Amino acid sequence: MTRAVSQTTAINAALAAADGPLLVIRPTPGWRAIAVGELWRYRELLYFLVWRDIKVRYKQTVIGAAWAILQPVCTMVIFSIFFGAFARIPSDGVPYPVFVYAGLLPWLFFANAVSQGGVSLASQTHLLTKVYFPRLFLPAASMGVGLVDFALAFTVYLGLMLWYGQAPGLEILLVPFLVGLTATTALGVGVLLAALTVAYRDFRIVVPFMVQIWFFLTPVVYPLTIVPESWRWLMALNPMTGIISGFRAALLGQPIDWPALSAAVVVSCGALVVGILYFRRTERFFADVA
Amino acid sequence: MKDAVIRVQGLGKQYRIGLRRHANRTFGEMLVEGLAAPFRRRRSTRAAADCDDGLIWALQDVSFDVARGEVVGIIGANGAGKSTLLKILSRITEPTTGRALLRGRVASLLEVGTGFHPELTGRENIYLNGAMLGMKRAEIARKFDEIVAFAEIEKFLDTPVKRYSSGMYVRLAFAVAAHLEPEILVVDEVLAVGDADFQKKCLGKMQGVSRCEGRTVLFVSHNMVALRNLCMRALWLDRGRIRAEGEAAAVVHEYLSSLGATASAPDVDLTHWANRRGSGNVRFTHARLLRDGRPCGCFERLGPMTLQFTFEAKTPTRVNLSAICATSGENIKVLQLAHQDSPGFDPEVAAGQHTVRVEIDRLPLQCGEYHWMLGLHTDALVAEDVVCDVLHFVVEDELRTSPRPYRSINAHGLCTLLADWHYVEEGCRAVQPV
Repeated sequence: MTRAVSQTTAINAALAAADGPLLVIRPTPGWRAIAVGELWRYRELLYFLVWRDIKVRYKQTVIGAAWAILQPVCTMVIFSIFFGAFARIPSDGVPYPVFVYAGLLPWLFFANAVSQGGVSLASQTHLLTKVYFPRLFLPAASMGVGLVDFALAFTVYLGLMLWYGQAPGLEILLVPFLVGLTATTALGVGVLLAALTVAYRDFRIVVPFMVQIWFFLTPVVYPLTIVPESWRWLMALNPMTGIISGFRAALLGQPIDWPALSAAVVVSCGALVVGILYFRRTERFFADVA
Repeated sequence: MKDAVIRVQGLGKQYRIGLRRHANRTFGEMLVEGLAAPFRRRRSTRAAADCDDGLIWALQDVSFDVARGEVVGIIGANGAGKSTLLKILSRITEPTTGRALLRGRVASLLEVGTGFHPELTGRENIYLNGAMLGMKRAEIARKFDEIVAFAEIEKFLDTPVKRYSSGMYVRLAFAVAAHLEPEILVVDEVLAVGDADFQKKCLGKMQGVSRCEGRTVLFVSHNMVALRNLCMRALWLDRGRIRAEGEAAAVVHEYLSSLGATASAPDVDLTHWANRRGSGNVRFTHARLLRDGRPCGCFERLGPMTLQFTFEAKTPTRVNLSAICATSGENIKVLQLAHQDSPGFDPEVAAGQHTVRVEIDRLPLQCGEYHWMLGLHTDALVAEDVVCDVLHFVVEDELRTSPRPYRSINAHGLCTLLADWHYVEEGCRAVQPV
């Protein structure tokens, strides 16, 4: 941008001499970095988009935001009955409901953010073709909505811990970091899928399927300890493995699996970079293909 | 140009219209292609010149400048690239070539109510839409009452907009955008919706935006009257290129007369005219509009106009001749001329061609676009030949002699008359003429 401005100044002194910000519109081939300044200028829109999605979701509903709590709780109850009580899946010595809920919290956050984020562009093409704003905000807003749901569901977890008399240790301080890591992964994957879905609608079908497979590849309903030692490195390539193990460790006061967590940090940051690069690269065609 | 706020240089936009590449692909190939798409695009752009599989230039080599405070209208047929140009200037899509420099905050209104969510209330949508158009929350809060008052929706503020009438919806949407206070406002055909009163209000607001506050407006419209009234300059796009640029009335006139190659030519051969009805025993063969003896499509308000037409009778007959003038857009019939009103005219004609000239002294039409409908009927008023939608013409005030045409935004009705105005009492004038 700086280069463009100086170039312009040289070419067109009259225009540059006038006051007000100068906007240069031209073809921008190749990879592009994030326009941080612009994201900052539009930051309130991100807030409004998250607010809109939350508001709209609970319009004309009877129990409203209680759904955000009811969904993970019901899932937890069903899993506890079938996987915990009937299938007797081990839970590293903690009550299975606590165990599975600690895994479901970050997983549902991730899964919702990715599936909502994936279709965020394709389901709002009317915005892409009619008004300009940083496109990155659409998948980012889905992530924001997931974060709000996560916060609501987390309150239930605190109740659950009281019920089972599980006191959190100092490790609980790691939770904000892990939430951030989940958000990073979800944003990276969501942004990539959003850019792909807008051009190739196949991904509308692929995404729910992918999320389902991903669920079973992640130790949500089972502990990582039931996976053979020789396979664990492969599991660790899935950033959600490290994140969910980390969550459990932090919430249940177990030792933290640092290698898996480090792998998760590397992979999720990588996913974010790749996602944003691809998004920024294809962004200029969104309005044309949408 | 001294104070240019928009400078467009060699702007071009290429679109792929063919979907050949995507046909008959397996899912796997699509997947691979999906991932490879951004890499491939570059190559295909480079090879664009020699590969023409469905590539079209929606916009090509467009350059122009707009000065601060100017209102520039963009006209052209459908598909001429008007919307593409506005989309590029509002950064919705990127140009393929060239560049545009814009100085100041740009707001674009390509559609009324973009980003409105039907489930949200009017109040909520004002904030959401405002934020989407680039307003700060504090700014929206400050102008909130003004927006509500402009939209006249006070009573329905807390009703979801899905329950709004379409008029209320449009009013609210325009109100938000109108209060954006941008330095540059880009507006696409948004006045096509809403009732006449509101259209007038929006036009007024847009004028206020540019006149009093020194803002620049780029405005696409098919409503030539609004365009001429509102814009100082106009830009005529034709198949992606600028065909003409200059003073609004002149460009509009040029544009309208180009359409005239078919429908609106001031001189038209009617032998093979399609848009007609009637038994055809007597038929129109030719029609033209004349000013000062020459074919012309542009006339002065309260000035002279000559309508001349030729018809052919197969047998000696008695005819009823009439001509109806209607507005271009809405097709409102404004006035009718009939030969019965001219005492000296003899309706008995022999077989063969006859040419009739209808002289109008003072054309009683307000500024705008009109066309004629010519009718030939039998005595029993059965249609012999009725030719519709011919001889499009424009009525102007002062025929482009003044630098800025009369702004008929204040003109009401379609007709006007030359009347005699005078004071009834003597000596009431403040200053007596010397």
